[in-house]
Amino acid sequence: MASSFLSKLSFWPRWFWRQLTSMRNALILLLLLAIAAVPGSVYPQRSADPNGVKVFYDNRPELAAILDSVQLFDVYTSVWFSAIYILLFVSLAGCVLPRTKIHFNALRAKPVETPKNLARMPEHIVRDGSDSVLDSAYEVLKKRGFRVMRQEGSISSEKGYAKETGNLMFHYALVGVLMAVGLGGGYSFSGQRVLVEGDTFVNNLASYDSFSPGALFNESRLEPFSVSLDEFDVVYDLANKNNIGQPIDFIASVTRQVGTESYASEIRVNYPLPVPGANVYLTGNGFAPVVTIFDGEGDISFSGPVVFLPQDSNMTSLGVIKTPDSLPEQLGIIAFFYPTAEKLTTGAYTSIYPDPISPLMTMNVYSGDLGLDSGVPRNVFALDTTNMELIAGRNGPAPAIELEVGESADLPNGLGSVRFDGLLRFASLDIAHNPGGIWVLLFALLALGSMTMSLLIPRRRVWVRANPGGTIEFAALARRDDPNLKLILEEIVQEIETKSK
Amino acid sequence: MTEIVLNEALSEVSLLVVSSALAFLALALVLFSFQLVKLNTEDQADPEKFSQVEKAGFVLLWVSTIVLGVGVVLRGISAGRVPWANMYEFSISGAFLILLVYLTALKIRDLRFIATFIAGFALIILFAAVSLFYVEVQTIMPALQSYWLVIHVVVAIMASGFFSVAAGLHLFYLLKASGKAQKLFQRFPDLQQLERLAYRFNVVGFVLWSFTLIAGAIWAERAWHRYWGWDTKEVWTFIIWVLYAGYLHAMATRGWNGKRAAWLGLIAFLSVIFNFTIVNLFFKGLHVYSGL
Repeated sequence: MASSFLSKLSFWPRWFWRQLTSMRNALILLLLLAIAAVPGSVYPQRSADPNGVKVFYDNRPELAAILDSVQLFDVYTSVWFSAIYILLFVSLAGCVLPRTKIHFNALRAKPVETPKNLARMPEHIVRDGSDSVLDSAYEVLKKRGFRVMRQEGSISSEKGYAKETGNLMFHYALVGVLMAVGLGGGYSFSGQRVLVEGDTFVNNLASYDSFSPGALFNESRLEPFSVSLDEFDVVYDLANKNNIGQPIDFIASVTRQVGTESYASEIRVNYPLPVPGANVYLTGNGFAPVVTIFDGEGDISFSGPVVFLPQDSNMTSLGVIKTPDSLPEQLGIIAFFYPTAEKLTTGAYTSIYPDPISPLMTMNVYSGDLGLDSGVPRNVFALDTTNMELIAGRNGPAPAIELEVGESADLPNGLGSVRFDGLLRFASLDIAHNPGGIWVLLFALLALGSMTMSLLIPRRRVWVRANPGGTIEFAALARRDDPNLKLILEEIVQEIETKSK
Repeated sequence: MTEIVLNEALSEVSLLVVSSALAFLALALVLFSFQLVKLNTEDQADPEKFSQVEKAGFVLLWVSTIVLGVGVVLRGISAGRVPWANMYEFSISGAFLILLVYLTALKIRDLRFIATFIAGFALIILFAAVSLFYVEVQTIMPALQSYWLVIHVVVAIMASGFFSVAAGLHLFYLLKASGKAQKLFQRFPDLQQLERLAYRFNVVGFVLWSFTLIAGAIWAERAWHRYWGWDTKEVWTFIIWVLYAGYLHAMATRGWNGKRAAWLGLIAFLSVIFNFTIVNLFFKGLHVYSGL
């Protein structure tokens, strides 16, 4: 790896550069990279599993704080992980750049001088013949794609420069992958939105429930379009008794509108919907019961679909309704929804099938202060009951409210009434775009192709010398291990002999 | 998707066929082990020639591979899709491909000496499949309904097949290099040949593994809206790739080939096994397809 600029450096930087670019250290860095990647599969990662990190913090706060201080919840963006792969790539550059120069020169150079002692080559064959054989040898080798040079009484030839070309290209392609990942990540975005049947998503920042942009993203990259969820269907397996109730397809029927053009389409798992500047993916689904709540004075304090989060494979779902404007007191409701309800011996309900065959909603109702005025942001899927009183529910003063579709019920203490108006489904959509993706793919494919080239193409040298005593020597040498070298040389010798007869 | 009617009776037949392949394989293993003992004790036995015991062993190995192939195909027919969508199916398809890779390689090179390892390893996989991983034939979840299932998984299994043969060669390399049972190991190819053979299998495995990684990323972009997200299975696929890359570098580094490279190859292969078993069963992630 000697470079001319090295000589200008003083001892330590030179020593450091030599170390970094040595093959041995590249190898050690590779092994370090593999080891450093392991903890990311053991501890939950903020990027892949933010909820897992939260649960870890709840269960073992002290350990979590320690792990967090060394970035074990963000392994792949951590200082130490980054340091390893950056060093690795610097080492790669330091190794590959000088090799490129050498290879470039070798590509233009003539084959080496025929060695004096051909008998020392790994493959060596001696036959009788005169130097007229050299003419046919020249042609045969040329035809076989060797770079051939006629020398004094001998021929020197070489083939398989593509091996090194492939090797170098592979390493450059890896640099390309890294840059495409970095830049692409910077310009990428991904946002989530829950859409109830009948709702429309209009692409602007305010429409997203959550949004994670890359560092270089700006809002002008969001192109105008809208997507309406017309209907959401789940197809269940009904044909096979062991799989009854297992979903085999989720279909979000949507209307996509761009400018004045609109058309109907579908979004399914594995089949995202292309929209301008992004793709829309289906990532989840559930029920959204439509509920109306009248307050103690007979006014409607809430009306509309409520997104319920699925809790199990039979779609037992949990929803929270808050009515900050109801009088005389604010109401908070924790509701369970069972698509196919069955009563257990304990009196509680469970769902035994995920499709709504006999849907039932039960509600625990609280009254008091919802705590929404304190200015602290509140989770819409959680109810803070610190300043509230249970007025209807299990173990409450009045039994829990149970409603089938179309039914309504009065709340205790003249606080109003609730009505279960109907049932809709919702779809969780991800709207995401990563402009680097296609470049990552292209560089990765280039890496794959050039690596295959480098690993499978043999590099060989073949020499033919006519000795004054009337014998011809044939010899072959391969870069690295080459199982076919002997066979190839024998073939070449035979071809040459046939030709010169 | 169109509804698929599973053929449960046929899947029972498939299980029976797979189990009989397991029995043939066990018999083959006994014969191969016997052959090893014979080589270790007898002075006259010529390692170039097939002994009667060895011949019978390879006949059984072929029978077992063909029977297993039939079992795998029947499983696929009974499920109405490719037979690699849960751990049981990965395992039976994997064992079949390992045997197929080995028996094909045997036509090109004399690899008889690792027959015991291959038969033993395939036996362990099949045994685990039938006793630990077995699940009734199932319809597959929407996330798996993609032609990438066919490509991504089959190439991953094939890569594992090549890595397995290489691992066997690494193992025998290390055993031979340790100087134990010299009488037996002197009949094996010399260390340099063992090293080169292992290298060749690892090279093919590495190319296939790289393809698996790329195909997985393309599929992830379709199914999970990002091509790479450090999901636990992605992490381990990456670790395995880096370890084999390390092995290839070791083979080109003075002082690191030989024993060190063999150990590295074995460690990389252990990661493949770890990824398939521990990560599949116990690590939380998006690849939740064990079916258990």
